[in-house]
Amino acid sequence: MLDAIGNGLYGLIAGFTNLHWSNPIMIGVGGLLLYLAIKKDIEPLLLLPIGFGCILVNVPLAGLMEEEGFLKTIYDAGIATELFPLFIFIGIGAMTDFGPLLENPRIFLLGAAGQFGIFLTLALALALGFSKLDAVAIGVIGACDGPTAIYVSSKYAPHLLSAVSVAAYSYMSLVPIIQPPIMRFLTTEEERKINMGTVKRSVSKTTKILFPLVVTVIGGLIAPKGLPLFGTIMLGNLMRESGVVSRLTKASENEIANIVTLLLGISIGATMDGRNFLTPQTLMVLCLGFIAICLDTVCGVMFGKLLKVITGGKINPLIGAAGISAYPMAARVVQREGQKYNPKNFLLMHAMGANTGGQVGSVMAAAVMLSVLKGMGII
Amino acid sequence: MDNWTFGITMIIVGMGGTILTMWLLSLLMGLLRKLFPYKKEEAGK
Repeated sequence: MLDAIGNGLYGLIAGFTNLHWSNPIMIGVGGLLLYLAIKKDIEPLLLLPIGFGCILVNVPLAGLMEEEGFLKTIYDAGIATELFPLFIFIGIGAMTDFGPLLENPRIFLLGAAGQFGIFLTLALALALGFSKLDAVAIGVIGACDGPTAIYVSSKYAPHLLSAVSVAAYSYMSLVPIIQPPIMRFLTTEEERKINMGTVKRSVSKTTKILFPLVVTVIGGLIAPKGLPLFGTIMLGNLMRESGVVSRLTKASENEIANIVTLLLGISIGATMDGRNFLTPQTLMVLCLGFIAICLDTVCGVMFGKLLKVITGGKINPLIGAAGISAYPMAARVVQREGQKYNPKNFLLMHAMGANTGGQVGSVMAAAVMLSVLKGMGII
Repeated sequence: MDNWTFGITMIIVGMGGTILTMWLLSLLMGLLRKLFPYKKEEAGK
């Protein structure tokens, strides 16, 4: 009788006795993510479910990430199969107006330059001793694009998924803090004052409809391994621009995107078990992710300066900083910086063009990277 | 393949491939704009 009572009581304290030293720390990390989401309004749609998932998985004995645990079931259904990031991409495509980019197609090149941080960070990670596929997953943080980072890391370095995705989303939200000092350091006051004029609305509907088809076919032929990435964005965009499936477009940008964001966030949080997360490797991934985004900005602005020279001073190099995928934050940063030095300067629509170019560029860079890896026989 | 060769290959082919792809797309978009120019009638739509 006393044994039974003792065992019963032990059942009530087993959670405490099985607490690993890392669990309370990670519960604190989860709390910090919730604080950032709720109090600071930093990426709340993602950081709130990620933070809560992190807390859930660090409560011992609940078995949420063991076979048949509900978080493991969600993870297996959407992350391991890579479906969640792809569903998010359909929503992104449905929400994005590529009009400003199509107004000035040479801005596409800024979307490419803004991805160079991916490859430079990949090389840096290799130099620091990471394996080839780990370096690929770390480099892709530089895409500044959460779903792309999740897609690549879940496929090729799943043990780094939590660190990579937390880094990707955190730094994406810190773009307004990270970018301006770099932009100011690399440009002269005269360059920041360059007025690019206004963007005219001069792209036909036919061009807007053909754009996603051309990107899908040409991109697919060049980098077939990345077709799921840009194919899904372009599907969403085709639905938007065709105007004939408004129900599907609205569902993609609202209900589907919302549900998948919730499931994606909670299952990423569920990978943040303290035993695996609190390692020197995680710290290195976070540092390299920060470097990746700084390098993206450097390369984007420097390419903007090159375009300025080529076009005879018509391009404000600041818009190069918007050639990353953090949309529309990077474009707003450019607008704000430009207006500081020339209050009559409206760079927003030009920066939006570069920013949407960055969205295409980020998935294209990841696609190119995967196809090169395939070509070298590494995947 | 050693890490050095891999890293340099990824920088050259990866960065080069990305910029070439985006350049090609920019050319095609310029072509599409010429083939299907914007008409004023679309303004009200």
